Amino acid sequence: MAANERAGAGRAASAPLLGRHEEPTLFELSVPGRRSASFRTTDMPAWSAEELVPGEHLRSEPVEVAEVSERDLVAHFTRLSHRQYSVDLGAYPLGSCTMKYNPKVCDQVAALPGLAGIHPAAPASATQGWLELLAGLEAALCEITGMAAATLQPAAGAAGELTGLLLMRAWHDARGEARSRVIIPDSAHGTNPASVTLGGYEVTTVASDDRGCVDLATLASVLDTDVAGIMLTNPNTLGLFEEDIVEIAAAVHQVGGLLYYDGANLNAILGVTRPGDMGFDIVHMNLHKTFATPHGGGGPGAGPVAVSPRLVPFLPGPRPVLGPDGRYDWAMPERSIGRIHTWHGNALVLARAYAYILANGGDGLRRVADAAVLNSNWLRHRLRGLYDIPFDRPSMHEFVASTSTLKKDTGLRALDVAKRLLEEGFHSPTVYFPLIVAEALMIEPTETESPQTLEALAQALERIAAEAAGPGGLEAATAAPRTTPVGRVDEARAARHLIPTWDGRPG
Amino acid sequence: MLGFMGLSSLEELYSAVPEALRLGAGLDLAPGLSEPDVLARFEELGARNRDLICFAGAGAYDHDIPAATRALAGRSEFVTAYTPYQPEVAQGVLQALFEFQTLLCRLSGTAVSNASLYDGASACVEAVNLASATRGRAEVWVSQGVHPHWRAALATFAAGTGHELVVAPLVDGVTRWPDQGTPGALLVQSPNFLGCLEDLGAARARADAAGALLAVAFDPVSAGLLRTPGEQGADVVVGEGQALGVALGFGGPYLGLFSCRADLVRRLPGRLVGETVDGEGRRAYVTTLRAREQDIRREKASSNVCTNQTLMAVTAAIQLGWLGTAGLRELALRCARGTRYCREALLAIDGVAPASGAPTLREFAVHVPGGAAAAIERLADDGFLAGVALADGFESTPYEGALLVAVTERRTRAEVDAFAAALEKAVR
Repeated sequence: MAANERAGAGRAASAPLLGRHEEPTLFELSVPGRRSASFRTTDMPAWSAEELVPGEHLRSEPVEVAEVSERDLVAHFTRLSHRQYSVDLGAYPLGSCTMKYNPKVCDQVAALPGLAGIHPAAPASATQGWLELLAGLEAALCEITGMAAATLQPAAGAAGELTGLLLMRAWHDARGEARSRVIIPDSAHGTNPASVTLGGYEVTTVASDDRGCVDLATLASVLDTDVAGIMLTNPNTLGLFEEDIVEIAAAVHQVGGLLYYDGANLNAILGVTRPGDMGFDIVHMNLHKTFATPHGGGGPGAGPVAVSPRLVPFLPGPRPVLGPDGRYDWAMPERSIGRIHTWHGNALVLARAYAYILANGGDGLRRVADAAVLNSNWLRHRLRGLYDIPFDRPSMHEFVASTSTLKKDTGLRALDVAKRLLEEGFHSPTVYFPLIVAEALMIEPTETESPQTLEALAQALERIAAEAAGPGGLEAATAAPRTTPVGRVDEARAARHLIPTWDGRPG
Repeated sequence: MLGFMGLSSLEELYSAVPEALRLGAGLDLAPGLSEPDVLARFEELGARNRDLICFAGAGAYDHDIPAATRALAGRSEFVTAYTPYQPEVAQGVLQALFEFQTLLCRLSGTAVSNASLYDGASACVEAVNLASATRGRAEVWVSQGVHPHWRAALATFAAGTGHELVVAPLVDGVTRWPDQGTPGALLVQSPNFLGCLEDLGAARARADAAGALLAVAFDPVSAGLLRTPGEQGADVVVGEGQALGVALGFGGPYLGLFSCRADLVRRLPGRLVGETVDGEGRRAYVTTLRAREQDIRREKASSNVCTNQTLMAVTAAIQLGWLGTAGLRELALRCARGTRYCREALLAIDGVAPASGAPTLREFAVHVPGGAAAAIERLADDGFLAGVALADGFESTPYEGALLVAVTERRTRAEVDAFAAALEKAVR
């Protein structure tokens, strides 16, 4: 083991998290008569179910849930938690997902009774603290993105995208224009084209040029007055900054289209440059990426959408606004597209993000971008010669490597690297994305990993590549992971013989 | 690190960013705060939200959250994990989701459930999208008893999908369906927004006659006492899952519930966990039927959902495990008892009248002298959140201006008595 690993880089493989015995389901643990639940004393009249529910609605038997003691319940879910990798355990270099460390102070903020215990329909007069919080976050997000106003309602990035497309539609509708197409580069996230379809538009895909960016001539060839707008991620999913962004914006605006900024990669440009200054009209942010709110195993997220001044009247509502009397109230923008969320968005996620912004401040957010870009570029340099780096020039917060050469020489695929890394105690990078790179390993180290951790990750990747070239190396790689609770999972069988519930098991 | 790359300054990392676009002066935000200062700032904001005894519901219910649920749902392995793209190191979240899906199917009486959507509104939107695509029809009948904010969200998203929404009015608290039309879907909520129990058999019959799918929004706590929507003929069952151990949190994060008949599974939106085996035959879980999802189907996908509310689904599974078979029934019963007691106490006040005569379970609507909005403001001064005022979505109906009141197992008889006395004083 290298000295710098001993010195400062732990790995999740050293933790006793991953035994290899099956964990029974809650239903197998159930024993008739056991229970955990207890209820407060209320002195309410003890009316029976028959007295309270009309017979035609009343169920005859209780819903079979499970019957477990609190002790068994706690043991079960604690054992499940030990079968789960997480940011708190170690590096999670999933490209485009921005799996940075989630500061604990934000957990404490989200648990404050004065925030967590408040009903969403309580009147503005009783929730001034929440309205001020939301308005403060909105203002900070607008400063960070260079936009005029924002909605905090979208619950995730994809919800933000669809919100943005409906804003685009409302803008063109208000001008009496019926446009039908939205342009997306071939390197875009899958949510982009799906959102375009749900927004009622057709997708026009433009191929990236040999530098991995939007080609101005190709773009010009698909631009006309039928184009409602373009959706761009900048830096893009290759981790490359779209150097021609000013010219792209001018060309799209020239035909009356709008520019949509997919904020999945906003982390890279905090305090460096702003989508508003680049010419974007609509910006969504993934607060669970850039602003460090925890991903929760796949959610909750939050996907606020900020817009330029001309789109403000169309924003979803109601929005918190400060009145002349110094008090906040809810207001519906005059030409609002309507409501996106049942209430005000994922409010406790929004509070966490605001706490992260206040803790970092303007100067700290710039340092976030600096360290994220530094780490990414360092690792790209470090992996040169070990893996292919198809676009080997200064990247932003992430870069894409590939096992194309290794696959040709040894048979090692990106998937094998991913599974071997799990044995090494690291989460894998994003694999097979973006689609335009074969055997892609999309690596985003984030700003929160130390140089020692990056070196340990690089050494693991180095070992994997070297092993594959040696005798029996490929067999070892394709057998991975061997130290995790389960080995390589049969995904084809899961789809072919669908078992979606415990009750849906055959026999 | 810079030296290793042959660079001399951090600024050189941004060589691809055009000079003209760079922020010379940095962001106009205050300097960073220390941890204690951050906490003090949010404690101060929290102190300006009034701590009121809660009689409001409307899909967000003030239930007790047990210590075990808080502790388990707060485990950082669940909280700080990503989407389970590498199933070998995500069996914890995947198995918890599999258990959640199983529990939700038992509650809703359906065969398949996804791993959650954003909230009740998004679940309704996805139900309508599924039904409409299945039937190939744009027309959708939506009961006026569906949460008005969900109806508003349906209208927002219909601008993109082109769905034509027809509102079926409430008559004495329950839905009256149109006689004519060719809808692809009927969407009804039971108990509905006014707390009234709907006739799902009638909705099924109307859907059959029209050749439409029936989508039912249900309440997972009331499910402890009520027949399932599935056994009454629902094709799709949706709902808001907040009541299953999730904090009020000013409206989020909550979780959208979505389940359906087995034969609709290929149109199911969002993530689905299935059981399978690993190479050595050990039981394992994985997200499955991935070909439905946006990252594979791209513009041909019928839903764009990616991130969902996994942590809330895990929380709901834990909470249901804590409640157990007897506890879920008892919770529903306790809510119904408190609601009955409170309804009788409020109706005993001079000038307070029921908004409908239909049977209710955990929530009810009454007309109060001076209107609900004024009563809510007045009662806040007495320390009560009196309920929710029926306004948007009920314009020019007999329910406009009514007060929607919910009573959970947390409310004591003494609190209800004090609340009724305060309301009586306020409307006198």
